[in-house]
Amino acid sequence: MTAMIAPLPLSSTPASPLLAVTGLEQSFGGVMALAGVSFQVAEGLVYAVIGPNGAGKTTLFNALCGFYQPSSGSIRFTERELLGLPTHRIAACGIARTFQNLQLFFNMTVLENVMVGCHLRTKTSLFAAALRLPRVRRQEQRLRDWAIEALELCELADRATQSAGTLPYGLMKRVEIARALAAKPRLLLLDEPAAGLNDTETLALRDLITRIRDSGVTILLVEHHMPLVMGVSDRLLVLDYGSVLAEGTPAEIQADPRVVAAYLGGAVNYAV
Amino acid sequence: MPEQLFQFLVTGITVGSLYALVGLGFALIYNASDVVNFAQGEFVMLGAMAAIALQNAGFPLFLAAIVATLLTVGVGLLLERFAIEPAVGASVVSTIIITIGAAIFLRGVALLLWGKDFYALPPFSGDTPIQLGGATVLPQSLWVLGVTVVLVLLVRAFFNRTLPGKALLACSYNRVAAQAVGINVKVMLRLAYGLSAGLGALAGILIAPITFSSYEAGVMLGLKGFSAAIVGGIGNPMGAVAGGLLLGVLEALGAGFISSGYKDAIAFLFVLMVLFFEPTGLFGHKSAERV
Amino acid sequence: MRLAGFYIFAAVVALLPVLFPDNYFVVVVGTSAGLHVILAVGLNLLIGYAGQISLGHAAFFGLGAYASAILSTRFDWPSLLALVAGLIAAGLIAWVFARPILRLRGHYLAMATLGFGIIAHVIMVQATQWTGGPDGLAGIPPLNLLGWQVDGDLQWYGVIAAAMLLVVWLSLNLVDSQVGRALRAVHGSEFAARMMGIDTARTKTQAFVVSAVFAAFAGSLFAHQQAFVSPDSFNLTVSVELVTMVVLGGLASTFGAVCGAIALTLLQQGLVVFEDYEMLIHGALLMAVMIFMPQGLFVGLTQAAHRLGSTLARSKFRRSLD
Repeated sequence: MTAMIAPLPLSSTPASPLLAVTGLEQSFGGVMALAGVSFQVAEGLVYAVIGPNGAGKTTLFNALCGFYQPSSGSIRFTERELLGLPTHRIAACGIARTFQNLQLFFNMTVLENVMVGCHLRTKTSLFAAALRLPRVRRQEQRLRDWAIEALELCELADRATQSAGTLPYGLMKRVEIARALAAKPRLLLLDEPAAGLNDTETLALRDLITRIRDSGVTILLVEHHMPLVMGVSDRLLVLDYGSVLAEGTPAEIQADPRVVAAYLGGAVNYAV
Repeated sequence: MPEQLFQFLVTGITVGSLYALVGLGFALIYNASDVVNFAQGEFVMLGAMAAIALQNAGFPLFLAAIVATLLTVGVGLLLERFAIEPAVGASVVSTIIITIGAAIFLRGVALLLWGKDFYALPPFSGDTPIQLGGATVLPQSLWVLGVTVVLVLLVRAFFNRTLPGKALLACSYNRVAAQAVGINVKVMLRLAYGLSAGLGALAGILIAPITFSSYEAGVMLGLKGFSAAIVGGIGNPMGAVAGGLLLGVLEALGAGFISSGYKDAIAFLFVLMVLFFEPTGLFGHKSAERV
Repeated sequence: MRLAGFYIFAAVVALLPVLFPDNYFVVVVGTSAGLHVILAVGLNLLIGYAGQISLGHAAFFGLGAYASAILSTRFDWPSLLALVAGLIAAGLIAWVFARPILRLRGHYLAMATLGFGIIAHVIMVQATQWTGGPDGLAGIPPLNLLGWQVDGDLQWYGVIAAAMLLVVWLSLNLVDSQVGRALRAVHGSEFAARMMGIDTARTKTQAFVVSAVFAAFAGSLFAHQQAFVSPDSFNLTVSVELVTMVVLGGLASTFGAVCGAIALTLLQQGLVVFEDYEMLIHGALLMAVMIFMPQGLFVGLTQAAHRLGSTLARSKFRRSLD
């Protein structure tokens, strides 16, 4: 692998990367949650971010989404700088995400949740909506079709009219993925999608992640479930105390003595 | 002009002291239960009206004040037991409506007991004005100021020095953790309601010789107290005191130099401006939500 | 099918004066209930759907009323034009104040809207040369709709019923659209809503503006119908009553707001009999409903029916997928 490292870090991937994070810093009252994190994600990969609790994984996601305002660094997505943009503009650039602690719209049905996911794909004016003009009616039908498409990909179509709050936990997490997919993102951030799932559900999740990747969506994954991470990821980033500890393929990471010492604690071989 | 200014300041600080006491009551209850108690103004009204009624019934002033305060504390405890406790976990909007309902209910009780008439207490130590640096000060104003200072110091000492006070503070930071270390949250809740009802009643009794009381007297006082608590950063007791004084002085200056008719508008405009520039009050702490 | 409830409601509203001809209670109380429905349905968009409380909504009700009153008495504007001007003014003022106000949360938002309402009320009382002060403004001409002068209780019932049905229809459409879902998303999870590309500040502003315009609409109709306005109709108590209607009926349900508005109007009419006990009963009822039926009357009562309906809908939806 060392032979592949080119003199300039930016050209280490063949084409320009989809996402390039450089020197990202974020502190909370003196505590450095992110201390100069840099990495690049090439299009079409499943890229996992792992690390012990408090390593800064969710902070990284929240900084990428504009929920936090990092003090310095750069987040380039398809050659566009995201740092400083409000969240809804970042979403409009083609980034969608799920949340570690569920952020479903419990006051809506499953279908409506996923229809909100399509928000960016069409525009309705207040007046047209209130008067329900014919074009709004057609638009509603289109939104519904798109949402059902995303639900079908996530095998949730039969739950469409159910209220989101009445679903079992595993399905709620799946609705979040469907909702994020409905936006047709180029980059999908999954924040601990396997947390709280049983083994069968985790296996199904692995299939789903692979299917999403194969449909051309790049995935950034934060996850603690090592068998899933090692089985599904193309590359990994290991964070520890807000800094990058290692970066590489699953095989490289599992062989890295620093990672083994800091995080994996000896158990190296994972397979699903 | 300077004398006029001084006069307005005296008026402002007197009124501001009351707002501070009412605001303190808001902060106490908010700390213990996350509830903004819109019936706080009604505690003030009940304290004043009960003291007046008792005094008319032949009680000596001092005794009337004590009994009226205790009665109001009882009402506060009843409110907590029968309106707040059954609704634990209700949304912000629901608790606002519940306490507004309680306020209307208490006003209704006062209307039945005392009708729509206006009443007042005699001043505690006569009504011969005192000349103080060119301004005229009523002895009652000094009572208001003095008692407020004592009460605020007592509340501070209660929080800083006593175990129940610290327990109450702990509840405001984290109720679950407080419960885990053995604090009886329910008792703390009652303590907070009792205390703030008592503070409200005392405020009402102090002001009863200066302004007339009626069944509706608590509405505006309650709102000003709420403003004081908000300006100070809700849940910050000493912030509420500072907010109350600030509000009282500003209102008095506005009434004196601009227009007395617009005095309430000036007070609330100030509150709006504070919120527009400091959305969590002047002395409030900012909190970040975790996603 | 989507509007089945609406058609039934419209039919009931239309049939009432036919079934009870010359009935004072239906026509006069019905008119008052109709105005309350317009106010509550609009406010429900803000409180129930967008999840933003307003304790100062009587300000917009008053704004519409005073705009109509002042423009048609002092400047001799045609009533319809005065009404439209009131709507535009309310919309503009709401738009200007929405951003700084709706940035606030929870009790801070309650305080700001409360302050807004009180300031508006103080202006109504104090700006005597415009508003007539505490005595109010009298002699407001009746509504003139392109030559037809609205006259008499029955005609007013018709006009206000039509206006109310229009508002209910617009609101039902809005809630079940992309705009309405964005509103509900902001209420459900502001973080997730932003992540779906929803501009939350803009969405809240839209809800605030629409509810203000609806309130001003009710205010303008009220002014022309009563021929008289005074600040008492737009004070804090009224703002609280409006919130009560929304919460009483059940948040986030247009027909909940309709029920709440009608229930509170009837309650007020009924409690007049109890005179001095009115306040006591009003307060006790408010507390009781909130404690024992926090979801509101309409939602509480219709939930059972809804559960049945959703089971049917699910089986129907499954069949439509095959």
